[in-house]
Amino acid sequence: MPLVTMTVNGLPATREVEGRTLLVQLLREGLGLTGTHVGCDTGQCGACVVHLDGRPVKACLMLALEAEGANLRTIEGMANPDGSLSPLQQAFRDHHGLQCGFCTPGMIMMAAALLADNPKPDAREVRDHLEGNLCRCTGYQNIVRAILAASGQEPALAET
Amino acid sequence: MYAFELVRPGTVEEAVALLASPDAQALGGGQTLIPALKQRLARPARLVSLSGIAAIKGVTASGGTVTVGGGATHAEVAAAAARTYPALAALAGRIGDPAVRSRGTIGGSLANNDPSACYPAAVLASGATVVTPAREIAADDFFRGMFATALADGEIITAVRFPVPVRAAYMKFVQPASRFALAGVFVAQTPAGVRVAVTGAAEAGVFRWTAAEAALTADFRPESVRGLVPPARGMIGDIHASPEYRAHLVGVMTARAVAAA
Ligand SMILES: Cc1cc2nc3c(=O)[nH]c(=O)nc-3n(C[C@H](O)[C@H](O)[C@H](O)COP(=O)(O)OP(=O)(O)OC[C@H]3O[C@@H](n4cnc5c(N)ncnc54)[C@H](O)[C@@H]3O)c2cc1C
Ligand code: FES
Ligand code: FES
Repeated sequence: MPLVTMTVNGLPATREVEGRTLLVQLLREGLGLTGTHVGCDTGQCGACVVHLDGRPVKACLMLALEAEGANLRTIEGMANPDGSLSPLQQAFRDHHGLQCGFCTPGMIMMAAALLADNPKPDAREVRDHLEGNLCRCTGYQNIVRAILAASGQEPALAET
Repeated sequence: MYAFELVRPGTVEEAVALLASPDAQALGGGQTLIPALKQRLARPARLVSLSGIAAIKGVTASGGTVTVGGGATHAEVAAAAARTYPALAALAGRIGDPAVRSRGTIGGSLANNDPSACYPAAVLASGATVVTPAREIAADDFFRGMFATALADGEIITAVRFPVPVRAAYMKFVQPASRFALAGVFVAQTPAGVRVAVTGAAEAGVFRWTAAEAALTADFRPESVRGLVPPARGMIGDIHASPEYRAHLVGVMTARAVAAA
């Protein structure tokens, strides 16, 4: 079987995979990084979003071998180096941006990609950016509040 | 998914050679093909990934022409064409969601020719040229009905050349669950006249709406198409919208595109 080599959350990783192995299977089953979730497996829900060379991608819609040489970041790589929650994660907690938590890894990765590009998005931009991320629990309002708060803005702007 | 071999050539020539065998298929961004493979709708023995071919990426502009590499992602086009062809960049920036735009490519979108896809409208309305290793195909000859194109088996799109219109805009009315176009209209005013291409609406896929083209060539104002509606016959009818509603939306989206151009 072919080998794939990449950097995941700053650490080198090499694994044997099949041609058909999905990136999300490699992360979850090959590397034990089960924080990246599979909600739909059809590209609709965004629970599997990770960063590939800094850009958000759906790990269920990408073959593992396509990540050869890439720099990947998953939810496991989002906390501060001392293990405490990053400001974005903390904001989700403070503003009740999660209930069951199933969509949360994808939401955090997608939101982090937005804030890296656009550090002070308005509520409309936050909602547009989350177009491909589904949440069955929160009704989204508190997710938008959390992201606005993490960007240093008034969470009540989510109502605008 | 059935098992297959994945190969990642570095040049167009290698890709063409690898695609010569009948059970090989090109892989662009995989945003359409991977779900199809999961459903076992296709059974290639070999996937030839185009993602490692630097020569078919990127967007360049010169002398009134914007050339998009066949492997350029929607995100790349949204960023790189923002100044040189803003209507095209805006269209690319509204395909799917940010993750789909990170991977999906113009070549994959055109080769697939989904009747609800956005890019076919831009290509047809702009009068663009689709470039493959063997030939150049004019937009008017490229689209051959729902999910069908002029591409031969194994023929890959290496670039798309867009002559930049004087004014242009794309308006889509999205199906709220899938976010694909329920009706999308790309209007382009060129020195030779106005071209109007409609996606999402017709059973036969993207088409030029010549009645609106004539009215807008005479007078490029939203009022020129007020009350103008294409025939409902041949429009898609499904749980999301009836043929009559889609036809109505085409008129509304056309007027909005003219106003925005
Ligand atoms: C959630 C979601 C939402 C989406 N929303 C939209 C939307 O709003 N509007 C829209 O237009 N699209 C939408 N899409 C589709 C998206 O734009 C796809 O990227 C596109 O249709 C296919 O491009 P790809 O590069 O991923 O191609 P792939 O999936 O890799 O391939 C598709 C087909 O094209 C062939 N192919 C790939 N590249 C080439 C090439 N260079 N030359 C010749 N053949 C090639 C493949 O063999 C395959 O048959 C959406 C997709 C998803 C998953
Ligand atoms: S699991 Fe990947 S988008 Fe739903
Ligand atoms: S918190 Fe349950 S799906 Fe979003």
